[in-house]
Order: sequence, then structure tokens, then C-alpha cells
Amino acid sequence: MKEVKTPSKLEKILNAGHLAVTSECGPPRGSDPNVIINKAKMVKDHVDAINITDNQTSVTRLCSIASCIHLKLMGLEPVLQMVTRDRNRIAIQSDILGAASFDINNILCISGDHQKFGDNPKGQNVFDLDSMQLIQTVRYMRDEGKFLGGDDIDRPPRMFVGAAANPFADPFEIRVPRLAKKIAAGAEFIQTQCIYNVEKFKLWMKLARDRGLHKKVYILAGVTPLKSAGMAKYMRNRVPGMDVPEQVVKRMSGVPKDKQPEEGLEICIETIQQLKEEEGVAGFHIMAIEWEEKVPEIVEKSGLYPRPRIN
Amino acid sequence: MRLQYPPNVKIICLPCTGKVDLIHILRAFEKGADGVYVAGCLEGACQFGNGNIKARKRVEQAKNILEKVGIGGERVQMYNLSSSEAPRFVEIAKEMTEKITAMGPNPIKMAKKKMAA
Amino acid sequence: MIVAKQKPLEEIIEELQDYTKILVAGCNECVTVCEAGGKKETAILASSLRMYFLNQGKDVKIDEVTLERQCDHEYLEEIRKVIGSYEAILSLACGVGVQFMAEKYFSVPVFPGVDTCFMGVTEERGVWSERCQGCGQCILARTAGICPVSRCAKRLLNGPCGGSTKGKCEIDKELDCAWQIIIDRLKELGKLEQYEQLSPIKDWSTERAGGPRKITREDIRQ
Repeated sequence: MKEVKTPSKLEKILNAGHLAVTSECGPPRGSDPNVIINKAKMVKDHVDAINITDNQTSVTRLCSIASCIHLKLMGLEPVLQMVTRDRNRIAIQSDILGAASFDINNILCISGDHQKFGDNPKGQNVFDLDSMQLIQTVRYMRDEGKFLGGDDIDRPPRMFVGAAANPFADPFEIRVPRLAKKIAAGAEFIQTQCIYNVEKFKLWMKLARDRGLHKKVYILAGVTPLKSAGMAKYMRNRVPGMDVPEQVVKRMSGVPKDKQPEEGLEICIETIQQLKEEEGVAGFHIMAIEWEEKVPEIVEKSGLYPRPRIN
Repeated sequence: MRLQYPPNVKIICLPCTGKVDLIHILRAFEKGADGVYVAGCLEGACQFGNGNIKARKRVEQAKNILEKVGIGGERVQMYNLSSSEAPRFVEIAKEMTEKITAMGPNPIKMAKKKMAA
Repeated sequence: MIVAKQKPLEEIIEELQDYTKILVAGCNECVTVCEAGGKKETAILASSLRMYFLNQGKDVKIDEVTLERQCDHEYLEEIRKVIGSYEAILSLACGVGVQFMAEKYFSVPVFPGVDTCFMGVTEERGVWSERCQGCGQCILARTAGICPVSRCAKRLLNGPCGGSTKGKCEIDKELDCAWQIIIDRLKELGKLEQYEQLSPIKDWSTERAGGPRKITREDIRQ
């Protein structure tokens, strides 16, 4: 067992050698807290931590930090997703402190989709830092107790620092070096892009193991249940960096429309079961997009329930 | 063949329509021409490669500008024909003359006259 | 060079509605090369404007001149003797030239005839693309000579992002992913191991963020 560095429940579970389960909730496009609260209620007993997305696909939503606070008020464990698209280094550090003041103990550092995809394509982007530099920033604030400017932080943030990895984006040859780079920057856990191409993911894992990277970082394999054959095709054709193999599309198309959701869940559960034994997979990140109510079923049928109790 | 074509058509000879510049076309209108057409070789048959394709693009640019300044893009036209097609040449000359006559004189010319008066 | 594109004629006409003596001023440098504001474009635009105003029944004098550069005093000075006879200047230079003109001839209205877009190259005639954003602190030495600041849609110093697909950027299938080119170049140079060096947080104070920039060189200043 490694030394636990933060009060994060997610870190403790991973450190204890359990397969961790995280899920995500997208905040609403409005100010009703019940949307986030209700989504959280659906998954809370079946996951260890809940990611809150940060204006995903650049569509303006209720902010990630406020949503995380709602989860904290429910006694749950949030993972604050933070993109570098919308904040400069002043806002980033300030938001980290704000989150830390509510004892939000997990952060996922990402660059964020380009604003072109969202509801404000004419807006500026910031990208003062990139995702790697955000990882470095949080680690610096936590470990050195200092701001980037060098001044001391009174009560530094105590966050377990995560990063995203996409084993399927191009060019493939730098996918593992890129993981190594994120680890070097200070990433302690990784949540991957949704896995449909299990073989390619396993190849990526093998290359990561060859370099011993699985011992330096906790890798949570990302899965998203497909709701329909249409969604499979959309993800294959339209979502950049997404790898949905032909056989998955065929399998979804091969069943009647009303049975497709079931088939999608089945594929998701099979993926988890296949990867549970894969060396280096430390857990699962279940992104059931607007389908949070199915998370308990996925977790139970994958044999990941009950969740460990850790204080 | 000594074919007759409308006398209002004034021919400006160039080695290739690729030599036609946008400014040449505009100046013609500025000086009072009622219409301009560029007669290039058949597409694919340019001696110099793509002179006639370039000319077509410039005619399109001229159309666009003439439309915006209120003279009318229809007053400029690109035609492609081979040098051996005299009857076609006459046909085009007639067609263009009829079209421009129907459109009436270049409004610039009228405006100039009015201003001078 | 600085790459610009001509403003729509309607917009230029709108800017100039109130004037009857206008000088259209082209520039022989960058905007000539990118065919937006050189001698040729100046002539075409001046001719278009003359026809437009004539057709509107307005007696507007529109003259044309193309200066060697509009970003240097000595060439801008060339029109000092005639500037008094115009009510407005339409400059087809980049934003730099338009402003220098405005600063120099302080009492004369100056309008831009082009939209200044970027610093870039001529890929082929009629196709220009961006290469530099003048960040004031060149990092090309560590990115295999390819600039992620100007060519990555997210300016990632440690790219590529997860949206890089088949060598193209997630925002546009026609746009090359800068990081793909960087990686291809590193491979070609036998330096792929350089990829794993973390690019530190950039000092953006030498970029636009630091306010308007100025270089003063006392060694050559007179």
C-alpha cells in the first residue's frame, strides 16, 4: 500500500486495493439543484465518487463547483472536473481554493472541448494552462502549499489529482507516452475515454504495463452504456477521438429498437467484466449520459456491488 | 465566311483570355460600356493551360462587383468557343447585344451625363 | 507575412457614405502578396466605389495611391502634400498601416478596407494559413519547429488533446492537428523521446496578455 496523501475517499479505496467505481453527473442547464441531487441519489449507493462535468462539450451549465457542493451537502464524494478552457491561472487557483474550502477532495484536470462545439462558439477561450499544467498546478498547491506566484497558501487544498486519458485518439503511438507525461506532471488517477474497442484498450494497457505505469497511477476504465444503435453510430462518426468498432454497431443494430437499451447495458457490463481481470485496471468510471438510473444495475450485474465502506 | 455581327460590339484582341484582368472589365464599365463579354477558348483547350478558367473566375468577380455597385452583374458574361466557330461567334454577339439592349444603357453613363448637365 | 482579406464592398460603402473626396491607399507589402490591398486591389476597389457613387448620383472624387509600406514614416509621408485635398482615407493596409495613417494624419478620418487576419504563409495561390501569433517567446525549438500556440485550436503546449483524429483537429476536419505534425517531425528527426518532456507553464506576459508591446533597441536607435 502506498501512503495516502489526501482525505479523498476515492484515494483510500484505491489505495486499499479495491476496484473503485466512479460515475458522472452532468449539471443542469438551469439553476434547479434538484436535478443534480436527484441524479446523485440514483447512483450514490453504487459508486465511490461522482464526477461533476464542467460545462461539457462547451455548453453552458450550472457550474461544477456548486454542483460538487450539493453533493458534499448530501454527504457524497464529488470529483470536481475542471477545464482550462474557461479560466486563467488566477481563476483556476481561486476555484481550487473555493472547492477546497468545502473539502472537495478530488479533481479531474482536463483541457475541455473547444468552444466551437457549444452554445457560445463566438466566445474567447483561455487555455492559459493546458491539462498537464493544471495537474502540475494542483499538485504544487497541495504539495508545496504555494500559489503559482510563489506565495504560501493558508490551508492548502488537499485534492487527489486525476487526469483523463484517451487510449483511442490519434496518433496511437504517443498514447502511452502521453499517459507517462501526465503521470510525470503529477496525475494520481486516470479516467479513460469510453471503451468500446476492448482489444485496443488492452493493447494500450499492455504498453502502459510494459513501462510500469500501472504501478504509478490508478487507471479507471471508462464505460458508457449505449442506448441505441443510433447512439453507437453517432459516437463512431461524430464524436472526435471515439472508437466504436463495427461489431459493436452491428450488435446494437442487430436487435429490435425496443431491446437496444438492454443490449447496450449488456455490452457495458461485459466490457467491465472483461476488464476487471486486466492487470492495471484499478476501477471503472461509468458515464451513463442522461441515463444515471441504470448505473446501479450496471454496477450490480458487473459484480462490483456492494461498495466498500471506508471512512 | 464573311459573316456580319452587330456593329456595336467592339473587339479587343488579347493573346489569351487569361490576360483579361478584373480591372480591365471594371474600367470598361466605368468608361461607359453597356456590356462586356469575354470570348475564350473552349474549356480544356487553352493553349496556355488554364487562361480561360482564370478568365471565367474574373468574370465572376466582375459580376459580383457590378451587382453590388448597382450596374448589374448580367452585363458581363463569359463565353467559350473555338476560333473556327464563326457562326457561333455571331450568335453570341447577337445574343449579348439583345440582352444588353433589353437591359438599357449602363446607368453610370446616364449618371455622368446628368451630372455634366 | 500579415494576411488580410478585403472587407465586403457593402461595408466599405457604408463607412464612406458621408464623404465626397476619398483617397484609397493600398500598400505594397504583405497585403499585396495576399492580394487584399495591393495596387491591383486598390484600383479595383477605387473603380468599384466610383461606379457605385456615380450610380447613386453622388459626385464623389475617389483617387488611388499605393504606398511602398504604410508601417513606416517615410512612405506615409509621401501623401502629406496631398492629404489636405481629401475628406477621408480608405486604407487597404493591414491594421498596422491603418493605425499608423490615423496617428500621422490625426485630423483626417481613416477607414479600414481589409480585415487583418493573421501572420501566415501562402500555401498556394488563393490559400493562406496561420503560422505565428507573435507570442513574444518562441517555443519552436522544443516543438520540432511547428507552433502549437498558433496552430492548435486550444494552444496546448502539451498536446495533442483527445480530439485529434487521423491527423486532423476536432474543430475542423480540414485542419491539420498541429500536434500530429509535431510528432511526425519528432519521429523524422529521431527525437520522439522529446515528446515526453513537459512544457512548462508559459509566460504569456510577452503576448497580448501583457498589454501593447514595444521593442526599443538602444544599440541602433538614433
